[in-house]
Amino acid sequence: MVNIYIDGIKYQAEEGKNLLDYCLSVGLDIPYFCFHPAMGSVGACRLCAVKMYKDENDTRGKIIMSCVQPVQDGMIISIEDPEVKHFRAQVIESLMNNHPHDCPICDEGGECHLQDMTVMTGHVYRRNRFKKRTYRNQYLGPFINHEMNRCIQCYRCTRFYREYAGGYDLDVFGIHSRVFFGRHQDGMLENEFSGNLVEVCPTGVFTDKTLKKHYTRKWDLSTAPSICEHCSLGCNTIPGERYGKLRRIRNRYNYDVNGYFLCDRGRFGYEYVNRETRIKKIKARFGAELQDTTEDEILDKITNAFEKGKTLGIGSARASVEANYALNKLVGAENFYAGISGKDHQILRNYLDILRNYPVNVPSMKETEEADYVLVLGEDITHSAPRLALSLRQTLMKKAMDEAARVSIPRWLDHAVREFYQDGKAPMTTITPYNTKLDDVASKSLRLNPHDTVKFGFLLANRINNDAPAVKDYPGEWDEWLDQLAKALINAKKPLIVSGWGNGLEEMLKAAANITQALNGEERKAGLFYALPEANSMGLGLLEGNDLSGIMETGDAPENLIILENDLYRHFDKVQADKFFNQFKNILLIDHTETNTTDHASFVLPSGVTAESSGTFINTEGRAQRFYKAYIPEAPVMDSWRWLGRIENHLKKTGGQWNSLDECLAELVKGYTVFKPLTELAPPSGFRINGEKVARAPHRYTGRTSMHAHKNVHEQKPPQDEDAPMSFTMEGYNGTPPSSLVSHYWKPGWNSVQALNKYQQEVGGPMHDGDPGKRVIEPTDNPKQQYFKVPVFETKTEAGELYLTPVPHIFGSGEMSSLSAAIREATPEPYVLIHPNVAGQNDLNEDDVAIVRANGKEWKLKVKTDDKMADDVAGITTGFRQSYIVELPLKGNIEKQEKK
Amino acid sequence: MISMLRSLWMVFMHAFKKRETVLYPEKPYELPARYRGRIILSRDPDSQERCVACYLCSVACPVDCISLQATEDEHGRRYPEFFRINFSRCIFCGLCEEACPTYAIQLIPDFEMSEYDRQNMVYEKEDLMIAGEGKYHGYNFYKVAGLKIAGKDKGEAENEESPVDLNSLMP
Repeated sequence: MVNIYIDGIKYQAEEGKNLLDYCLSVGLDIPYFCFHPAMGSVGACRLCAVKMYKDENDTRGKIIMSCVQPVQDGMIISIEDPEVKHFRAQVIESLMNNHPHDCPICDEGGECHLQDMTVMTGHVYRRNRFKKRTYRNQYLGPFINHEMNRCIQCYRCTRFYREYAGGYDLDVFGIHSRVFFGRHQDGMLENEFSGNLVEVCPTGVFTDKTLKKHYTRKWDLSTAPSICEHCSLGCNTIPGERYGKLRRIRNRYNYDVNGYFLCDRGRFGYEYVNRETRIKKIKARFGAELQDTTEDEILDKITNAFEKGKTLGIGSARASVEANYALNKLVGAENFYAGISGKDHQILRNYLDILRNYPVNVPSMKETEEADYVLVLGEDITHSAPRLALSLRQTLMKKAMDEAARVSIPRWLDHAVREFYQDGKAPMTTITPYNTKLDDVASKSLRLNPHDTVKFGFLLANRINNDAPAVKDYPGEWDEWLDQLAKALINAKKPLIVSGWGNGLEEMLKAAANITQALNGEERKAGLFYALPEANSMGLGLLEGNDLSGIMETGDAPENLIILENDLYRHFDKVQADKFFNQFKNILLIDHTETNTTDHASFVLPSGVTAESSGTFINTEGRAQRFYKAYIPEAPVMDSWRWLGRIENHLKKTGGQWNSLDECLAELVKGYTVFKPLTELAPPSGFRINGEKVARAPHRYTGRTSMHAHKNVHEQKPPQDEDAPMSFTMEGYNGTPPSSLVSHYWKPGWNSVQALNKYQQEVGGPMHDGDPGKRVIEPTDNPKQQYFKVPVFETKTEAGELYLTPVPHIFGSGEMSSLSAAIREATPEPYVLIHPNVAGQNDLNEDDVAIVRANGKEWKLKVKTDDKMADDVAGITTGFRQSYIVELPLKGNIEKQEKK
Repeated sequence: MISMLRSLWMVFMHAFKKRETVLYPEKPYELPARYRGRIILSRDPDSQERCVACYLCSVACPVDCISLQATEDEHGRRYPEFFRINFSRCIFCGLCEEACPTYAIQLIPDFEMSEYDRQNMVYEKEDLMIAGEGKYHGYNFYKVAGLKIAGKDKGEAENEESPVDLNSLMP
């Protein structure tokens, strides 16, 4: 710590840190554009100028750029000096020379960093009489709208897109005053993180195209802290609602989890909420048809139907912990089934076993960025848990920073660090059956079929540590790879093994676990990051539901069935699921969206989607995170756990079931001690700040007395929330609430998302009172290494047979996101991915239709080829609406469809 | 005594003075042009809606009596899908007019808005739109803004260069 003097006041700062970062961290407002906490400084915009003085006697000083200036001992600077203030106003004035007169029709307006900075510097009138430069825009796909006239050339977009996210198709073109940020031609931005450009761009060049369809200003959105429901990573989000419709998803900063960025599935996958496929009415079956009915009527009917006979409950990995627990309690633990396929169930069991009994270190997503060697085992992470891929990509920067430190380039001088590292690779090896997006940063990529990958994993564990079980019989050329990889992992201080559900192999998890066990030693704990399929897979696993596949097979089922937010057709084969449903007399479904399962329900209750419910998800690392409803959905839609509580009240006539989230949590914790941290995730609903609830709406929320006036001019009392210490209006506390209740970022003078700086301990650091979310399951400290036994490896039985392996896709594989319009536009047709040699043998060309046969079934799929993939594998898109194909991985054949 | 008689006389003489009471509503009351009365939405010189649905009037409104929803035509021109003012809440402060960047929303010297039913005080866009430009003539926002709309390509707005040729390497 050194002393520095800013405008005559002494501050204690860390030496070598960049000056702008420090000033912002202590709350001093220096205008800036090109600096971004996640991407460091480049010094492109010249706005963050301050004055630096040689010593106390120096009265003139010199103007420097604070973002490229390291903090030095005894440094004297001035932010408020008139000359430097004038300088900053001039910089803005020149940046604004060509800025169009667009603010009223610009989607960034009201949360625009350029607006904020212009006001902050005091620039008001354009004195330049020359004409404004204009550009033609490009079509950039269904997610991002392009309006190039508004650009101020800060280079944040290309720095994020190309350097941080590893995209290739967005760049800067043209020269001097005519630089253009875009693609080489119209077309969809290929990178999976392109949506972050909306938040990264300080003006309105890149805006959210899905928001544009139902545009609302930031100040008009009712928002709440929420969790993304589209994969298991549990990224923190801010959904925003207006007039009963979900308008957009924004990133909610969580230092440990998603930081500043979301993937495009999480950001744009929300549109299913506003679709006509939503279940919004209570329905009961009369004959063949489902008809609308009332709550009282349906509760009576359910009571009549479910009183007699045994009732079975099927939970869901996409429903909250509370909802699953409520069902568990209603039907009894012995009748509660997890509602996932047998294969997924086994994976989940094993994963929990590893977390509980094996000495592993499960890192947070932030910690994965710090790993100094990463092995991606058999998983296309970019598509099965996208945000994690972005974190893994940052291991490159970690390495580059360490290298650059040798020649005294500071870590925050991002561009210089990258230039220094040139084409250096990340300390990463990927072993996958086909080419993945992470391969371009990985220092080595191996192409093996999934079964060989498992074998390779077991071999590697044994190569690292002799205690691990040995494997005989493997190809000779593996030896060299094994030795290299074992050496790299052993030399690493923070090795990390990454895998996930996408490959569908239980043994893959065991192999990954064995490698971490082999690496664990006294001074080192290897990390294991395994991505589960759904937002609450972990929560469901911890509730210990029974394996549904057991009774699917036997057909020994009781009379009544309650299904919670689950479409069994996504987990089981159609014939099997049909047969299963036909055994029941009464089926009650609680869900928010129509699925194939809806057709079998005799009673349907509408539940809220994540943005309309309150509850808890537990992510794949075991981090429990609370989400609150951003708005109250139109009755009768309500939280699943509330429905189940009401049914229990009615059915058992006991009364006294929970009415609020706190009461539900209190019971949950009594039943399952593992969920104890859930009560500490956020303040209880009675929490008040200065006697006030925290406001969901920003203080300038508008239209309060007119938005419902067309229905009734007499204003209704605003809805109350029994589950959260938050109000549904702008009334309430609008300062900095506890981080678990932050629903929008705003501070005086800072309307854009950059106001976040004021909510953090230091810029780019943890939130002011620590980050929300708590681990419910910490890996054991038991130092004894344990190993999984070597499984029996799959072998091919006949010539021409291929390993059919699932290919998850960021756009298309998500159950709910695939209903969203923009995501559907970006979704490819279901395809089979094969090596050109395989295509040649079977007389297939790209885009032909192939018939894939396995397990006595056949699927017609479009052919795609990849010349870098393993030639004994056929990758098949999985989880797509058109074809679920739940049985993968399989072994099968491929042939050309004969023309009729 | 004298003062009482004087007062009686003065009052009596008022009977022959000119009447101060205006016979409203038989005789219409004329207000200054800048009087802040009923709110209207005006059209630009091309007879198209001036309102671009920027939400600035609604955010400026101290009683929150304006609500609207933005939408776009197929060429990118933004306009309000609905625009509602609850006049039973309006305090005629004129802040919406001041906030409006396109001169769309204007207060006019008309105050005759009495209703028996409060519900009738809720005005929708069709009730607010007038045929002309209102108080402010000549201004056409889309002719100044950089956005491309039907009939105005990039570079065709006032004070704009034609679009940059990205393939040019000329200095």
